[in-house]
Amino acid sequence: MKTINIFNHAGAFAENKDIARNIRLQEMIPALDQNEEVVLDFEKVDAATQSFVHALISDILRNYGIEVLDRIAFKSCNETVRKITGIVIEYMQEGL
Amino acid sequence: MRVHLPNSAFLGNLDSFLRGFDPDNPETLEITANLRWISVHPFVLSMIAALGQRVKPKNIHAEKFEAKSRHYLVRMGLFKYLGLQTEDISIIEHESAGRFIPLTRIQTSEELTNCVTEMIPLLHLEPEQAKTIAYVVSELVRNTLEHAATPDGAILCAQYYKKSNSIRIGIADNGIGIKSAINRSYNSRTDLEAIQLALTPGITGTTRKEGGTELNAGAGLFFIKSIASVNRDFFVVYSGNGFYKLLKNPKLKKLRLHANPFDDRHSKSSDLPRWQGTVVGIDIALDQTDKFSGLLDAIGSTYTTAVRERKKARYKKPRFI
Repeated sequence: MKTINIFNHAGAFAENKDIARNIRLQEMIPALDQNEEVVLDFEKVDAATQSFVHALISDILRNYGIEVLDRIAFKSCNETVRKITGIVIEYMQEGL
Repeated sequence: MRVHLPNSAFLGNLDSFLRGFDPDNPETLEITANLRWISVHPFVLSMIAALGQRVKPKNIHAEKFEAKSRHYLVRMGLFKYLGLQTEDISIIEHESAGRFIPLTRIQTSEELTNCVTEMIPLLHLEPEQAKTIAYVVSELVRNTLEHAATPDGAILCAQYYKKSNSIRIGIADNGIGIKSAINRSYNSRTDLEAIQLALTPGITGTTRKEGGTELNAGAGLFFIKSIASVNRDFFVVYSGNGFYKLLKNPKLKKLRLHANPFDDRHSKSSDLPRWQGTVVGIDIALDQTDKFSGLLDAIGSTYTTAVRERKKARYKKPRFI
């Protein structure tokens, strides 16, 4: 299992899409390709933008299919992060 | 180019200021101002600073500012930004001094992250208010960095207004404008039509695919318009000849978010003096700032419905013969 601490990468307000993209390319995809489960740990993250979450997971949903969500867990998300993540996952499924 | 700083130019009465902007002779910039009082929204300051970027400093001419309130322009960094002398203007500190972000140029993703981090203490925001303001600034400036195609980046400034207990934000750029950005994937005929598309959830200039690309979903401006709508605030977009203003929703009226910005209470123009690039302004009343996570529910359902309806409109129909 690969745990990725979002606060350590993006700080308390996760908005930098370049960082999100790097997390996806350098940490999430290699782990998923190794058939590992990925845990995105949002502990200490106060808020995330839709752009950040989109850059983090949308391409994975598109390329691996929606079933990949069975191998990705979102940990310690506050209400804001939960809702932003929910919006992104929902519109991605509508578009797939 | 010529621009006149009027007695008052805020998002509610911005139209006449914009109609007075003269974009001819782009190699020079002449600035005049009301003689008695100048009270303008950060939208106006960002716009003038962006104009100054297009012109060599020696070709910027400003008449001597006589208005008592001219020190505000100094404090916001306008003269410094334009390279104009201001020895004759003394700065009078206001009670709210400190609750503003002077004209700031943001050219990179890292600069934006730093700006968003530093602005929260500068504006003395409560945590829930900070989320909304940081969200708005981050998404708007990032839009410029990604879509405006200009190395000059975005010019931002913001101000707290004690009387209305609100933060007012202006962001301007000299980029390619919304029409050119949207028409990479769409075919809008006018600047106003391009603004309409840019405000529609799920529409991005980077692709026509639902769900967007790995980095863009076409959600940013829709989120910002929704935040303004839920908080019953003004939100303005000016690009090319096009101008869209989300009007304040009456307090007693039940709120509904719309995917089509023209279904919101708004005003629009398609014949304003041409602005090369994009200027965006927003007011956020702090005592009306809804709980951020609460407004996300409404945004999410409107967004998903819009994508679903657009997808359904493309369904093949049975051919009955």
